[in-house]
Amino acid sequence: MAELSIKKKRPKNLDLTTIRLPLPGILSILHRVSGAGLFLCLPLLLWLFQSSLATPESFATFKAVAAHPLVKIILLGLLWAFCHHFCAGIRYLFLDVHMGVDLESARLTSKIVFAVSIALTVILGVALLW
Amino acid sequence: MVNRIVVGAHYGLKDWIAQRATAVIMAVYSVILLAAVGAIGPNTYEAWRGLFANGFMKFITFLFFISLFYHAWIGVRDIWMDYVKPTGIRLVLHVLTIFALLGYAGWATQILWRL
Repeated sequence: MAELSIKKKRPKNLDLTTIRLPLPGILSILHRVSGAGLFLCLPLLLWLFQSSLATPESFATFKAVAAHPLVKIILLGLLWAFCHHFCAGIRYLFLDVHMGVDLESARLTSKIVFAVSIALTVILGVALLW
Repeated sequence: MVNRIVVGAHYGLKDWIAQRATAVIMAVYSVILLAAVGAIGPNTYEAWRGLFANGFMKFITFLFFISLFYHAWIGVRDIWMDYVKPTGIRLVLHVLTIFALLGYAGWATQILWRL
């Protein structure tokens, strides 16, 4: 209980408008946002998967839907969410085994995650969506 | 002793491990799928359907979906635990999340086993 009372006296700043997140912090919140976005779009993705596989007619519907510019934008966003979640997740697996935990490495690997996930999004987006 | 509540994380290692194990399964699957798509280039319905109708592919795709839904449960539960403090509302959200994911698991299984 002594620890708890000490904790309560600590000053804290939780004002989101004045907090300036470092790059690993931005990576972290985007890991959560991308995961939540993918979760919310699961019905859409499952429906697209089903349409693409059920019958030749539904496959044609799938192709037509996926060719719509608005759907392409959504899918490109989800592709980025997947790539970011994938790359940031691999970084977390390394952190779990205590690799790259010092400040310098943590910042460097964050930059690598952003670079690789955005590059993958562009490459896969062009290959799969356009 | 921390304050244990019924909609908490159960304070164990199980979910933490499961989140990582499912992540590795999904990551490996993603690479396999990308390689398969790259190698076959399934542009027609027959080729695309054939890819997932293959026994091995069907098996690992099913494994991917189960991993995805288990992984999503842990992640979404963590989000509810961080931002939703009233126990009643949180419990409702947990139950709805589980129901949604169980439904998706049935749906995904049906998609694969009709092939």
